Order: sequence, then structure tokens, then C-alpha cells
Amino acid sequence: MIQSIRHSKPLQFAILIAGFFVLCFFVTPSENNFLWRLPALIAGLPAIINNSVEFLMFDWFPIETYNVEIEDYEETALLQKITRSISGLILFCIEFIREILLGGVKTIVAFTSWDYVRDNSWAYWPALPWTVVAGIAIALGYALSGRWLAVFVGLATIYIAVFGQWEPAMETLSFVLIAAPLSVLLGLAMGVWAYKSQSVEAALMPLLNVAQTMPHFSYLVPVTVLFGVGDHAGAIATVIFATPPMIRLTLLGLKAVSPEVIEAGLMNGCNKVQLMFRVLIPTARHSILVGVNQVIMQCLAMAVIASFIGAKGLGFNLLLALNQLRIGQALELGICIVLIAVVLDKLSLGWANKQIDYFANLGFVERHKYGFIFIGILLVGIALAYLGTFIFEGGINYFYLIPHNKGFTTENFWQSGVDWMVDNWYQGLQTFNKLLIIDVLLPMKNAYLSMPVSATFLLAMGVGYIIGGIRSALIVGGFLLFIALTEWWDRALITAYMATFAVIVSVVIGSIVGILCAQNTLATKTVLLVCDTLQTFPSFIYLIPVIMLFGVTDTSVLIAVITYATIPATRYTVEGLRNVPVSLQDAGSMSGVNRIQRLVKIELPLAVPHIMLGINQTVVFALFMIIIGAMIGTDDLGQYILKALSDKNGIGNGLMLGLCVAFIGLAVDHLIQTWAKERRAALGLA
Amino acid sequence: MTNNPTKNDEPSVIKCDSVYKIFGDKAEKMVRESNGAIDVEAFQNAGCIFGVNNASFEVHKGEMLVVMGLSGSGKSTLLRCISRLTDTTSGRIYIDGEDLLAMKSRELIELRRNKMGMVFQSFALLPHKTVLENIAFPLQVKGISTQDSIKRAAAMVDLVSLSGRENYFPRQLSGGQQQRVGIARSLAVEPDIWFLDEPFSALDPLIRKEMQDEFLRLQGMLHKTILFVTHDFDEALRLADRIAIMKDGIIEQIDTPANIVLNPSTEYVAKFTNEVPREKVLKCESIMEKVENPNKLSKLEVSKDAIIETVAEGVLNARRPVAVLDDKGNMVGVLNKKTIIHILFGKDENSPAQTS
Repeated sequence: MIQSIRHSKPLQFAILIAGFFVLCFFVTPSENNFLWRLPALIAGLPAIINNSVEFLMFDWFPIETYNVEIEDYEETALLQKITRSISGLILFCIEFIREILLGGVKTIVAFTSWDYVRDNSWAYWPALPWTVVAGIAIALGYALSGRWLAVFVGLATIYIAVFGQWEPAMETLSFVLIAAPLSVLLGLAMGVWAYKSQSVEAALMPLLNVAQTMPHFSYLVPVTVLFGVGDHAGAIATVIFATPPMIRLTLLGLKAVSPEVIEAGLMNGCNKVQLMFRVLIPTARHSILVGVNQVIMQCLAMAVIASFIGAKGLGFNLLLALNQLRIGQALELGICIVLIAVVLDKLSLGWANKQIDYFANLGFVERHKYGFIFIGILLVGIALAYLGTFIFEGGINYFYLIPHNKGFTTENFWQSGVDWMVDNWYQGLQTFNKLLIIDVLLPMKNAYLSMPVSATFLLAMGVGYIIGGIRSALIVGGFLLFIALTEWWDRALITAYMATFAVIVSVVIGSIVGILCAQNTLATKTVLLVCDTLQTFPSFIYLIPVIMLFGVTDTSVLIAVITYATIPATRYTVEGLRNVPVSLQDAGSMSGVNRIQRLVKIELPLAVPHIMLGINQTVVFALFMIIIGAMIGTDDLGQYILKALSDKNGIGNGLMLGLCVAFIGLAVDHLIQTWAKERRAALGLA
Repeated sequence: MTNNPTKNDEPSVIKCDSVYKIFGDKAEKMVRESNGAIDVEAFQNAGCIFGVNNASFEVHKGEMLVVMGLSGSGKSTLLRCISRLTDTTSGRIYIDGEDLLAMKSRELIELRRNKMGMVFQSFALLPHKTVLENIAFPLQVKGISTQDSIKRAAAMVDLVSLSGRENYFPRQLSGGQQQRVGIARSLAVEPDIWFLDEPFSALDPLIRKEMQDEFLRLQGMLHKTILFVTHDFDEALRLADRIAIMKDGIIEQIDTPANIVLNPSTEYVAKFTNEVPREKVLKCESIMEKVENPNKLSKLEVSKDAIIETVAEGVLNARRPVAVLDDKGNMVGVLNKKTIIHILFGKDENSPAQTS
């Protein structure tokens, strides 16, 4: 008996589930029953975090500094001085780029004073006409990657200008142009450091895990406390969020460099610096470029979230439009963000793939071709702008700057579409909505909430034990314990219920679509392209159409979550099925399998580990989106994070809530990764 | 040991003196405590593994030493000790009389930039650089200007017959072409010492043969001092001035191809030599007999360095014994038909001299 339990995993699971239900039925719900709910032992931790941060920021290590404005010395805490200097520097850089693109006086003020600008009316930095910026972007696209990119860049810039989003787009761009390079450099440096030192790597890995599973919102609170509110704070929050994948991919790329290439570098006489910058990093460049691409995507995804703490630009306007339920405008803004993301991504790729021609014997003009083109575009653009002052009446020069919301708009079209849908589909959608909420979501939510804490622990740790032994059980238990000891266990259960529902639906849809598409090469390519494109969209964009259809309800959030989380589920299913080794396929064919047998007996079992990794991603995606869904109104952890954001003392709460979400994600991540690793090894795929 | 006398007169370029490479956590500490006298068993009991076990030999200027062994025999480890890509646990290595292991990192870099070149099994080209840039890389690392280094690299491209593919990326080339780039890169700084780590093992048999010919052509022009690692005994026989056969980190035998084939010193070496066709390896010198009747000879004359296979038909067609001449044209021996027939078809393997 005991032998058979030890060897049969299904039997182990059956016993586990039996135990789980026994606990569910026999543990009485009462405040004092520790089997029902653990006491909130670390409920005081947020206050401690708040106090220590406040102490560090305002009282610790005061130094004397000279304040220009009050023309006297004053005392500032060291940390505050440091963060203020960083903020100032970043803000200056953002403003500088912004004023090159849009004009302004702040850069001049930085070197003189407000009074000086007020007294001298000529002290104003004029904007580059939008035609010049667009022209340079197109020329850049052509120079880096050829005709097609130039055409695409052209269409994108014209779209942005014509729809009157030029100003917010340039504001967003100026912020991305600072945040993205900063993240790339920081990520590269940390990645290299981790590559060189194993102890750094060991210390960095858990931090990266947490950083990548913490919801975006929970970064915002500490950033506002340390750096204040504004574009620079948005940029810093973005850098914190965008750097971890860069570090990870840099490290991955460097580790994958074949030892012979390193030896070749050494034998060619490279010193340490040359080895790193001329051999290792260039050889790892594919992986590093994927990192750069990720950074750009993260920066634009954060463009909306950063507007919570004062970043100007498209994100801020999108947020505003969403709050006013102006769906058409939100859609137009969303497209702008996606276009900027794709353009920046393609330009950076083209730049990295640029090749030098050593044999071309070029004349002076040829060699400085792009310099001349640049000057040409500048002159033509300025001439056009000057011409524009005569053509256009009413103070708006469309060849110089198209003011915000003075362009075309398709808002009315979308709005009437939404109205039409509401008129015609409202009844049906509402019925579906009610049905879903009353018959599925509420019972599920209640079931989760009526789960005693002891049963949850038994289930999670038991699964951990069956999959990865005592170590996994302890790791998963540790993550849960942290959440259970905070005062938000019930909230976490609600988050977990939404995530479970969304993940189940996503995985069902994703695997069905994936399995169907994997049967055909063209369909595979198409679905992967669609997944790529959808992944480029900042997560906020997904909220637009669902609000359009379902209004502000739980259903909207869940549908947005499901849409977003289906992407990785589909992608990994397709990849897993397509990557089954050809030799095994052939062996199957020669054994005479039919199509269904091939799928069920050969492809699926081999693809399951990869599909499980997809489910892992699905969980992470779902958690992110659920927290963002707090914008629409939910009553889970996300809502509390959002509340912490507007609370002056929210830093402790924000961080702890963020950790709770991260730990749910990490517990699932640990279980799935451990299982997939073992399974792959057993199948000989690793 | 009967080395090729012309090479033996040259000064030694590489000299190894009881080189050990021992893997294991405790290895270094145990070596320090043992004061140079290494007790193999004690180390093995402590869980250490011998990559290289007491290797001592010299490579002379212009000589090609082929280190031959199966996988895990320590041949690549030995090569990496001599190029100092791995640290030697114990022993001494001299390059041109200088103590390699005592060199500081700057001296080592200088040595590699000017005196050493290395070719790798998996080519180890930089994927982001074109053929030309890859070949120019060691020059650029040295600090030579882009223009000069590219000019020199273009000359190297011609040397390895890759003209017209200068701007290709490694991924656009076949394996053989990639290795030509690897060879050109290793020769770009005009090194004195040339390390080749199984350079042709990853190639198809036909391409391998072609590359071996190419390699012999280059060596005929350049006369480098070469340490060549391979697991292919035929390749070793084909290329080597001397062969070192390794097993479990120990050099079992180090000698000229002919001597190894004729007198394998251990059973392990004999396993390789048993199947080797003698006529393809042995030179006339090793089977010639004393001149008994200088007047009764055929008109045909052969060099003592000629491989038997190349002269067999001539000797068999000749009516009388054929004279064997040395470099200066002096008669040093004769070849009899009987001997040749025995070499080609005979069963008794060990000593062709007995057949007379």
C-alpha cells in the first residue's frame, strides 16, 4: 500500500484532494481559529516601512546645502539630496529633448532664470517643425533598414500629426528617449556584472524574479516618495520596470557564448575590456537585442501607468479619455502608442544590424550623404513652416505644429459605433453579463473565500511536495505564509479567484487555437505574427474595447485579462507543437499513425512541458492585467494598491501589496518551472 | 627515438617539463603540499581527475607535432595548457625559452598578439563580423588601424582562396569555408606558433581531405611550428612530423609516424597501428636493404623519403633492385621486389626487415 502511494502520483493527488476537502468541511470559520485564518502578525510592517523611509528621507544624515532661491544655507537629509539631484538631472534631460521637439523655455531657464526669460522675449527655444522631425525619422528609417521601414515610419508620423496627437506623442517620445537608453545601459551593466561574478548573480536572481512579478502600480508609490511627482518620476519608475528583462537577457546571451569563441578572443590577444566589448557582447547581441526590444515595449507600456505619477504625453491623455469613457479618442491614442513602439523597435533593430562597407571608394558628397539630407530636410521644413504662416489663417500653422486635438478625428465614428452596439446589443450583453456574474463568478468567489487557510496551505504545499519534494513544499509554503500573515489574505483570495478563472479560460482558448493553427504552416506563421503584434500593445489598450462593450464591470476586467493572457497560451502551444523533433514525427508516420493519433500520442505529450511554460506566462500576464483592472473597479489586491497610490503614507502598503501579488505569481512559477524541468529531462528534451 | 634529424637540430620552440593538469577541488592544495612529487594514486583517491599526466616533450622550430587521442584523452587539455587557456596545475612550459606560466597577463597578451595563432574545432568565428572583419580582428585588437588591418586581411583572404566572399557573414559560409576563415584569422598576425584544435573534425570527409591538402600547402609555404590536435589517426599519419599518442592524460608514445607504425610501444598504440596500410606510411628508408652489388641495379632511383606506395609500381616493374638515394644523391640502400610485395600483401606485421 505504502509502496504504491510512493510511486503513483495520481494516488498522491487523490489523497491530497481528499485531505483538502476534509479541512474545508471541518474547519469552523471563526476569527480565533488559526486553521481558518492566520492572525495578521505582520500587519504592522507597512507602518515600519513608512517610518523608516521617512526617517531616511528627512532626518538621516543631514547636510548643509546652499539654496539658490532663498539665498541661504539650509539643512537637507543626504538621501533626499541625492534623490533630488537625480530627479533634477533626469528632468533636465527630458525637458531638453522635449524642447528640441516642441519648443519651450525651461532649458534656457535652467541656465539663466525665470526673470531673464520674462524680460527677454526672444529667449524662447522654437520647436522643430513636425515636418522636420517626420522627415528625419523617415530618412533614419531608410538609412538603417531601407525603403519599407521608411514608408512605415512615414505613415506612422503622418498618422500622429494628422490626428492632432503630435504634441503628446513628442512628450511621450522625449520620456521614452531618456528612459529606454537608461534602462538598456543599466541592464547591460548589471548583466555584465552578474556574468562576471557568481555571487552577484545569485543575489540578483531572486530580486529579478520579484521585480518581474510585482505589479507596475506598486513601483509607483515608493518612486513618488523618493523622487516626487512628474516626468522624471515616471521615467524612473519605467527604468525600474524595464531593466530586469534587460539584465536577464544580457546574462542569458553572455552565458550562451560558446567557450571556443571566448578562447578565440583570448588567443587573438584580447585584454579583458576588448574581450567583453568586442567579443562577448557582440556575440551575445541577438539576445541583447531582444532585451532592447523588451525595454522599448516596457517603456511604452509604462507610458500610461507612469502618467499616474505625473508623466505627460499620450499615456496621460489616454487615461483621461478612458476615465471620460471617450472610447474613440482612447483608441486613436492607443494606436499612436503602438505606432511609436513599433517604429522605435524597428529603428533600433535596423541600427544594430547595420553593416560597414570597407571597399566603397566614396567621394565627399557620398560620404556625408546623410549629413546633407539632414540639413536639406531641416531647411525645407523650416521654409515650409515659414510659408505656412502665409497660407493658414487663424493663428494655427499646420506646417509648424499641429496643436493638440486640432487634427482630424474619427472619434464620432467610434462613438456612434459604441452607441449603436449599446442600443442593439445591450440586452444580450447584459444578460450574458448577469449570467456570468451570478452563476459563475460569485459562486466561485465565495468558494475561494470560504476556504480555510489550513486547507489552502495543505493543497499548495502538497502539490509542491509531489512535484518537487520537501524543498518545493517549503518554498511555496513560505510565499503563502507571507501573504497569510498580512491583513489582506481575503483580498489575495479574490485576486487568486480572478486569476484562476482567467487562466482556465485563456488556456482553453489558447490551446484550442494553438492546436488548430499548428496543423498548418501558414496558419502557424499568421498566429505567431498576430501574437507578436498583440504583445506590442501596452496592456492598457486592452481595456478600451471591453469597456466599449461591457461597461464598467467585473466582466470587463476578466475579458480584458483573458484576451491579454490568451496570447502566451496560444504562442507557447503553437511553438511547443511545432518544435516536436522531425525524426519523431517521421518515426510516427512510419508506424502508420493518423492525424489524430499523431497529435494525441506524439505531439501533445512532447509539447506539454513547453505548453506548461506558456501557462506560467499566462498566470503572470493575468495577474498584471487584474491589477491594472483595478482602474475599472475590482475589490482585490489591485484596488488596495491603487488606494495606496493616492495615500501619502502608502509606501509600506504599496510595497507589501505588490509583494503579495508577486508571491502568488512566484509560487505558481516555482511549481510549473520545477515540473516542466523534470518533465523535459524525462522526455530527453533538455 | 629517431626524430627527423633536420628538425631536431633546430632550437626547441615549445618545451614541456612534467606538465600536470589535475581537475578537482583539492587538486591545487594537494600539489602545494606535495612539493612537486605527484603521487597519482593519492590524487585519484581524493576524487581528482588527471587531464594531463606528466607530459614532457619539445617541439622544434618548423616542426609539426600532432597530438592524437580519443575523446577524453586530454589532448585538448594539453593544448590549452600550452596556450595557457587553462591554468597548468604543476610543471613548467617554455615558449622560446621563456617561462610561460610565470608570465604576467600583459606579457601573455603580447605573446598571443605576436607569436601565437589558434584554429578551433567549431571555427569560433565572431557571428557579427564579416569574413574580412573576422580576419582583421586580431590585428585590430593589437591596435593596427582599420585601413591597414583590412588591407592585410584582404591579402589573407587570397591566401586561403576565399576571394569574392569578403563581405559574407560566417552563417552564409559552408563549414569548410568557415574553417578557411578561421585559418586565415589565426595566421593574420604572422605567428611563429600555430595551434590547431581538431580543425577538420567537424567537416565532411571529402572536404576534410581537401582542407588537409590546403593545410599542407600552407605549411609548405610558411614553415610554422605547429601543435595539431586530432582524434583521427589517419590524419595524424598524413600530416605529422611526429605524433604523440595520448590516453587518459598520459602520452603513451611520441615518435615519427613510421616508428610508431613499425614499433608501437604499448598495446594501446598497436590497436591504432594494426589496421594501417604500411605502404601509405612508411618511407623507402625504413625498408631498404644494404647495398650488396652496386653494379646490378635498375636505372630507376628513388629518394629515401619517398612513401612506399608512390614508388611501389616502379620497383615492381624494374628488373633489378632499385637504388635509394639520400638528399645529396648518395646511394644509401636498395629496394627489392620481395620486400615491396611483402609490405603490400604480407601477413607478418611486426618487422619488415626479417623478410629479406
